[in-house]
Amino acid sequence: MPEPMGFFTDTTVCIGCKACEVACKEWNQLPARNGGIGTLSGDSYDNTLRLDGIHWRHVKFIEQFNPDRRDGRWLMMSDVCKHCVQAGCIEVCPTGAIIRTEFDTVVIQSDACNGCRNCIAACPFGVIDVNPASGTAQKCTLCYDRMKVGLEPACAKACPTQSINFGPIADLKKLAQARLGQLEKAGETRAQLYGADEKMLGGLNSFYLLVDKPEVYGLPPDPKLPSRNLKPSALWSTLGAVALAILGVFSFRDRGARDV
Amino acid sequence: MSSTFFTASPHWRWLITAYFFLGGLAGGSYFVATIMHLFAKNPDRRMVRLGYLVAFPLVCLCGFVLTMDLGRPERFWHMLVQSETFRPMIKTYSPMSSGAWVILLFSGCAFLSFLAALAEGRPDWPILRRLDPTARAGRLLTVIGALLGLYLAGYTGVLLSVTNRPIWADTSFLGLTFLVSGASTSAALLILLGSWVGASPRSVHSLERFDRSALILEALALAALITSLGQVAAVWLNGWGLLLAAMVLGGIALPLVLAWRRPAPDRPGWIGPVLVLFGGLLLRVIIVFSSDGL
Repeated sequence: MPEPMGFFTDTTVCIGCKACEVACKEWNQLPARNGGIGTLSGDSYDNTLRLDGIHWRHVKFIEQFNPDRRDGRWLMMSDVCKHCVQAGCIEVCPTGAIIRTEFDTVVIQSDACNGCRNCIAACPFGVIDVNPASGTAQKCTLCYDRMKVGLEPACAKACPTQSINFGPIADLKKLAQARLGQLEKAGETRAQLYGADEKMLGGLNSFYLLVDKPEVYGLPPDPKLPSRNLKPSALWSTLGAVALAILGVFSFRDRGARDV
Repeated sequence: MSSTFFTASPHWRWLITAYFFLGGLAGGSYFVATIMHLFAKNPDRRMVRLGYLVAFPLVCLCGFVLTMDLGRPERFWHMLVQSETFRPMIKTYSPMSSGAWVILLFSGCAFLSFLAALAEGRPDWPILRRLDPTARAGRLLTVIGALLGLYLAGYTGVLLSVTNRPIWADTSFLGLTFLVSGASTSAALLILLGSWVGASPRSVHSLERFDRSALILEALALAALITSLGQVAAVWLNGWGLLLAAMVLGGIALPLVLAWRRPAPDRPGWIGPVLVLFGGLLLRVIIVFSSDGL
């Protein structure tokens, strides 16, 4: 059985080159948006804007500047599917199209997906979307096809600054802790790991080193499984059904419907 | 800020909204017809038959709109059968998976009850008469169908809550609200249709009594829903909030006032039921679309 594999993304060394985005698109043969007609966001160097069915990697550009722009910093982060150990998308998928692989990664089998889009609503990170070319939900596969033959994912291979680190999760956690210690030693008090421990959805197999609050990077501070609402919702609905039945009995029983 | 605001929209829009409304009507009509038959001392057969006659076409429409909403409609059967192994595909903890099976099973019950309703008064169709609620097999069928109908009316709200989307996943009362709304809209539909096909005024009156109770329950469920949202409810401080207020006033409060002010039971009006039906549709539009834009 192979070891759990994943990504550790060190956002502090990301330079926003988008080589990961390009490599991902090229390897996975993902189509361009709007048939290749360029669309600019108009307020950032980030024109991809978000992860979706045809963008499985997305480099976020976060500008933190004073109003007069004399002081500030760029935060950059290459975002991707988190390959959660407890994955909300797998929980809700009604066709069984979303599976956990032998590498402990999460993959959508496009030939089994029927495009119901329940996984899109269930993902706590807004990672999944429909690929208009296939009509099915799609996202990062952590290059399952490359891993099967011993290759690293295309994005990690292309990253020129080693912001995207690929490998066994246990090794990546050691690497992340060492880098965190290095930053703290250098006086970066805001540095923190996101998703590296089991508290967050059992652990994220794609976790991050951040230098600000997760919300600043567009990451949920407290992601949860969709099934947390199943029992209370079902309970209230059952009580409602009982109440309706009682109301029905009283409405129709004694003074009930009689032919006249 | 709730973590639900960091998620992406599943693009569930008009077809899904229509399904939520029609599913409530289909399941609710079957449930109301069954409970009317089982507990009314001398049930008005026209009204009971009407419930079964509308439930089956409505659930057929449900299946159609659901299939059309899929990105790959030709793969609708993947909800029920694993596409590779051809084994049954069921996840009890996934509302969409269990809902797909309930639609299938409810459709079967609704179809048989539909046939039985058609066969009523036709002695030349003896086999179908066994499915009539007055026969033992028919009674079992309608009880099972009514339970499945309740599930169909309410699971859609549970399905929305078992996601990570704003509003939907921030409350546990959507299933309850949709279920009760399904009952109130179904009763309203049967009141309207019953008046047109000449059902007895007494049966219309008892349906109105049930509808009033369901509307009060719906108002309570909505209040619980809004309260449970907490700070997230602030997302409705805009046009959606105005629409919700209009829905509560026009789709719940006004029909209640109209029902209580009409003194004679022999004067069924159509304004109240139409308002209830419109309110039920508007409720689902607000819930689905106000989250879609976040």
